[in-house]
Amino acid sequence: MSQQNSDKLLAMNISPHVFDRQTTKSIMRDVVIALVPAMLASFYFFGMRALLVVLVSLAGCVISEIIFKKLVKKDGPLLDGSATVTAILFAFCVPATLPLYMVLFGAVAGTVVGKMVFGGLGYNIFNPALVGRAIVMASWTRSMTSWPAQGAAFLGIYDAVTRATPLEGLKTGQYSASYLDLFIGNVGGSLGETSALLILLGGLFLIFRNVIKPVIPASFIGSVFVLSYLLGIDPIYSILAGGVFLGAFFMATDYVTSPISFKGRLIFGIGCGVLTVMIRKFGGYPEGVCYAILFMNGLVPLIDKYAKPRVFGEQGR
Amino acid sequence: MFGLKTFKGGVHPRGMKSISENAAIKEMPIPDELVIPLSQHTGAPAELLVKKGDKVLKGQKIGEAKGFISACVHSPASGEVTNVAPYMHPLGRKAMSVFIKPDGLDEWAQLPEKKNLNNISPEEIISRVKESGIVGLGGAAFPSHVKLSPPKDKKIDTLIINAVECEPYLTADYRVMLEETEKVILGTKIFLKALGIGRAAIAVENNKPKAIEKLSAALAGEKGIELLVMETKYPQGSEKQLIAALTKREVPQGKLPLDVGVVVQNVGTACAAADAVMQGKPLIDRVVTVTGGNIKEPSNLRVRIGTRFSDAIAYCGGAIEPPKKVIMGGPMMGIAVPGTEVPVVKGTSGILLLKNSEISFEESGPCIRCGRCVEVCPMGLAPGRFVEETEFKDFDGALKDSIMNCMECGSCSFVCPARRPMVHWIKLAKSQIGKMKK
Repeated sequence: MSQQNSDKLLAMNISPHVFDRQTTKSIMRDVVIALVPAMLASFYFFGMRALLVVLVSLAGCVISEIIFKKLVKKDGPLLDGSATVTAILFAFCVPATLPLYMVLFGAVAGTVVGKMVFGGLGYNIFNPALVGRAIVMASWTRSMTSWPAQGAAFLGIYDAVTRATPLEGLKTGQYSASYLDLFIGNVGGSLGETSALLILLGGLFLIFRNVIKPVIPASFIGSVFVLSYLLGIDPIYSILAGGVFLGAFFMATDYVTSPISFKGRLIFGIGCGVLTVMIRKFGGYPEGVCYAILFMNGLVPLIDKYAKPRVFGEQGR
Repeated sequence: MFGLKTFKGGVHPRGMKSISENAAIKEMPIPDELVIPLSQHTGAPAELLVKKGDKVLKGQKIGEAKGFISACVHSPASGEVTNVAPYMHPLGRKAMSVFIKPDGLDEWAQLPEKKNLNNISPEEIISRVKESGIVGLGGAAFPSHVKLSPPKDKKIDTLIINAVECEPYLTADYRVMLEETEKVILGTKIFLKALGIGRAAIAVENNKPKAIEKLSAALAGEKGIELLVMETKYPQGSEKQLIAALTKREVPQGKLPLDVGVVVQNVGTACAAADAVMQGKPLIDRVVTVTGGNIKEPSNLRVRIGTRFSDAIAYCGGAIEPPKKVIMGGPMMGIAVPGTEVPVVKGTSGILLLKNSEISFEESGPCIRCGRCVEVCPMGLAPGRFVEETEFKDFDGALKDSIMNCMECGSCSFVCPARRPMVHWIKLAKSQIGKMKK
């Protein structure tokens, strides 16, 4: 046979021999695409300064990841798209007025302390973007909690005017923004937490593309809504203001730092929602999303251990 | 007819059946040489009955089943035994094989007398199935007579004929259903009689409307045989999932279908059994789908056992580009063979040549814990964990996580965005666990 010579070269790997289309890279790309509308909105609301924050964050995350991988001689591709996602998410949870060296510090700290020291993508326990935010928050609390008024930023006067974020209203009971403003994003706040509408759009895109499942966002937002109502806080205001949508669709759904089973994800989402409201109502910070998710991140191994799917043919069920 | 039945989990690979589903079964001519391994089935290899230089007739037994879980092997053509030696088996290791040079006369050996359903006893059916070397033709090649002889304490009440053919590309069972509908039903009745029961279901996926139409027409007026139309999803044809969909009974871990009162037989097996029991014709050929984007004329061929893959490929016009990988079976559970010189065995449902551009050599990345493998696993396992556990040699942990429940359907590896070869690791762990037990 003419093919006999080439026979010895036949590949003999184990089945399966065909694969689904999605890859780690395509997933990361989809997440970036989903974040673009909210990112553009932040440029519109907060001006060039927002763009600078995103760029500095991007540089910080990507470069520190590359340097770290080179230093520890980690094999595999240098970039898988996850650094880009972390960079945008980190930029999304800081105010546009944050001094750029703080942005850089947070991005690098989030990447190195939050991700790389654990072994890189897939091994980290906490969401790297939120680790970065928590570190900056602890280091420069004042800078992290003065928000630019949007109109002023648009004119280029960043530091002159600050205004309270709608979240202050949750504690004082004086709701400072209308539902519509909150939904569209015509309010003060961090880069990515203002427009619930665009975050929702991005989140729906991810669900549509089968990148994320609705269980975490639904249980997260749902439990914020219900618990707020029970505690006498305006529930609609509660889910639209601050970082609930951003956290529920983009942070809590981070694969690496959330449970792997449906049951686990449900527990995780509810936990995030409950803690968010608790921190907002009783804690020292106006916003609770970041710490709620970080805390639940820490519980993931435990949740995974007990929220296993039912094994087919298991006895006694 | 039942409603659309299915199971939890599973994946939707591209079906790709259209490239061969309209090709009627063609009888492939006998090649110049046949190589028949003595081990083509689950269980002990058959015991050699011939030696070099012997003349053999078509259908003559050349290997005797050794023990209960074993199967007889027959000469697929008349001719001369030119050699008995180890030869490369599709499974990737050498196995003792009988080389036969056909004489072109294709002369039958003396076959047992013909029978019909009314003048044959259950015992005779089982003995004919065994004597004819019938094994499961779906791929696993488990000796059929074993399934028909359940231990006395197991009460069987249901027979399922597995005509799901959920593997992409394969259309051999589909063609058999279309072209040999009556034989499928006859085979089903034979199995029912052998088991002494009155209830059977033929399970088909709803992507085969023509087969469903033909079968339901043929089944009109038949009592005790139902048509079970299933959702098109992989691995719909898995035994345990089929049983659960039909009877709501779950086969417990480590147990067999007969432990929940069910026997499952493949549709091609039912046809082979019909020939064996009624005509006395042993299993010397089978329908093989030769397909894939790298085959000039995708076909469904009736091929003599022992025909080399290369001969079947050449008969289908050959490969378009020199193949980099050749798969026995479908793309989800099929086995990549070491070379095209390997012979067709009883379990060869397909010869698949993917286009070289379709063959993935992507490097695998770290697990990103996306949970897709958990979502799709039909057995409710967390396949990603097994990789970790195998890497760290934590086989006790793997056992606790029910690794032995894995049927290696490959759904997890299929969906894994990091392209982690989970089935590879699971097989490795299982073989290590097997060694530890010894």
